[in-house]
Amino acid sequence: MTLSPHLEAKFAKLLTSYPPGRQRSAMIPMLMFAQDELGQVTQELVEEVARRIGCTPLQVEEVLTYYSMLHKKPLGKYHVQICTNISCMLTGGAELWEHASGKLRIGHREVAADGFFSLEEVECIGACSWAPAIQVNYDFHHHVTPEKLDRLLAGLRSANAV
Amino acid sequence: MLYNEPSPHEVKVLTRRFGLADSASIKTYLKTDGYVAFEKALKMKPEEIIEEVKVSNLRGRGGAGFPTGLKWSFVPKTSPKPKYIVVNADESEPGTCKDRLLIENDPHQLIEGMLIAALSVDAHAGYIYIRGEYRYLIDIMDKAIAEAYEHGYLGRNLLGSAFHFDAFTHTGAGAYECGEESALLESLEGKRGVPRIRPPFPAVVGAFQSPTILNNVETFCAAPAILRDGGAAFAALGVPKAGGTKLTCLSGHLNKPGVYELPLGFPVKKMIEEVGGGIRNGKKLKAFVPGGSSCPVLTAAECEGLTMDYDALAKVKSMLGSGGVVVMDEDTCIVKVALRVMRFYAHESCGWCIPCREGTAWLRKLLQRFHDGHGQRSDIVLIGDLAKNMLGRTFCPLGDAAAMPTISFVEKFRDEFEAHLDGRPCPYEPANRLAAHLVAQ
Repeated sequence: MTLSPHLEAKFAKLLTSYPPGRQRSAMIPMLMFAQDELGQVTQELVEEVARRIGCTPLQVEEVLTYYSMLHKKPLGKYHVQICTNISCMLTGGAELWEHASGKLRIGHREVAADGFFSLEEVECIGACSWAPAIQVNYDFHHHVTPEKLDRLLAGLRSANAV
Repeated sequence: MLYNEPSPHEVKVLTRRFGLADSASIKTYLKTDGYVAFEKALKMKPEEIIEEVKVSNLRGRGGAGFPTGLKWSFVPKTSPKPKYIVVNADESEPGTCKDRLLIENDPHQLIEGMLIAALSVDAHAGYIYIRGEYRYLIDIMDKAIAEAYEHGYLGRNLLGSAFHFDAFTHTGAGAYECGEESALLESLEGKRGVPRIRPPFPAVVGAFQSPTILNNVETFCAAPAILRDGGAAFAALGVPKAGGTKLTCLSGHLNKPGVYELPLGFPVKKMIEEVGGGIRNGKKLKAFVPGGSSCPVLTAAECEGLTMDYDALAKVKSMLGSGGVVVMDEDTCIVKVALRVMRFYAHESCGWCIPCREGTAWLRKLLQRFHDGHGQRSDIVLIGDLAKNMLGRTFCPLGDAAAMPTISFVEKFRDEFEAHLDGRPCPYEPANRLAAHLVAQ
């Protein structure tokens, strides 16, 4: 499998980051960084990572199914993650979730037909003091209201319009 | 970056560089006493470093509150194995958002804390396990690590000594359970994040089967101040059995929610009313969680005379935990809160131990039924019984973390559970409506 030069560099660094014989430690970081570029964990990637760290593909498979951020199906170009855990719930996170779901017409872990947005109701993302909070891909947005969310989504749409 | 205004009640020790221009850079760090404590520690014997940390009365900031100096002293001196430093930056306890700020605003303070810990046990490598969602912190941390190598604070022959140390970031991939120390170590080794049986504790058998100091970000970040200004000065900031300050994350129904660095032993009422600006919309306080969603809830009446420290909160059968204070006003439905908290634990239970895996799922179903108005009077007792039967019956504290708040909700707010009986709709609806899809689950 051919990886981008950026990913090759990341993988090379990871393989030297752990004690000798402990290259398996690089598995989760490798999968995460590669998923960022590929959009999903493909079977080819599973085999490539397994080969590089000296595991079987099954061992990689076993690990990746445990972690909620690793996924074998592609998400939207913009993955909208809305926290509804306690601090966010108290400040309107559940209503924000409903609003987003209605607006994008997709539910939990669904991808819109055009592949632009996907949606997920997430557990605490570590922004409790600035709730309700969301993440779009890795970007945090604090004190989010339905109106602010609408503007954010519209902004992403127009920024990507050809 | 800072996401809320500071408070005049803060005592800034760990957050002293927050708000400075380019506060994450080594330039700013070195201009503000950066790596001075490490230089000092280099000239000290390992046992002197540990003694200084013991004197400081620093206790673990991740939730358990174990005395840090004592924990470091458990690392066997004579072990022929390499020793490791592991930083728990898997911050994911609901209500907690402080480690994020410490790394974002002052990553070198964390590196210096790791170096001090490393000197105390002769470790030569350290890993910072950062939760997957905090990707931007990996970039910040990697940049700081590169700067530290350039300036001779990481690598070989540090400051002309024989000491060498390497630091690495490591990303998680979305699992609350990996914030638990032994599950974190499994995850660091490229496995599913399930807990290990203890003893042996990580101090003896930790990362890569070797002796390991594993602490929370905030705990390591306290070390430079302790070595720089002395353990006694740090201890004096807090209360007799708990020294220093605590980054306290105020959230929920407050006028001024935010992360504030408060001395240990800070009065709860003052914290809610003055630091947090009081309950928003002029409402009254109903309840609050003092240290993340795993802690038993406290009522407004219990706030009287209460202070924010490990022992004071243990006396009222709760915990300081991670410092995530969640404040609920008089219009909050406690049954709904109990349900949301249990949905979280049921989702995050790793499934390794049956009492936790089955218990959280059953409790979620029971609480859902209750909140929907289909609960039976006997369910109130059943919820409490189920939760009590989970206590102490699991490899890691996640089972307890799910059970303890649940027991407190049922015991302290039984009237609210009863108000949902006999098919009556939630008295707090529709103002506090649960998302339709939650009800459908």
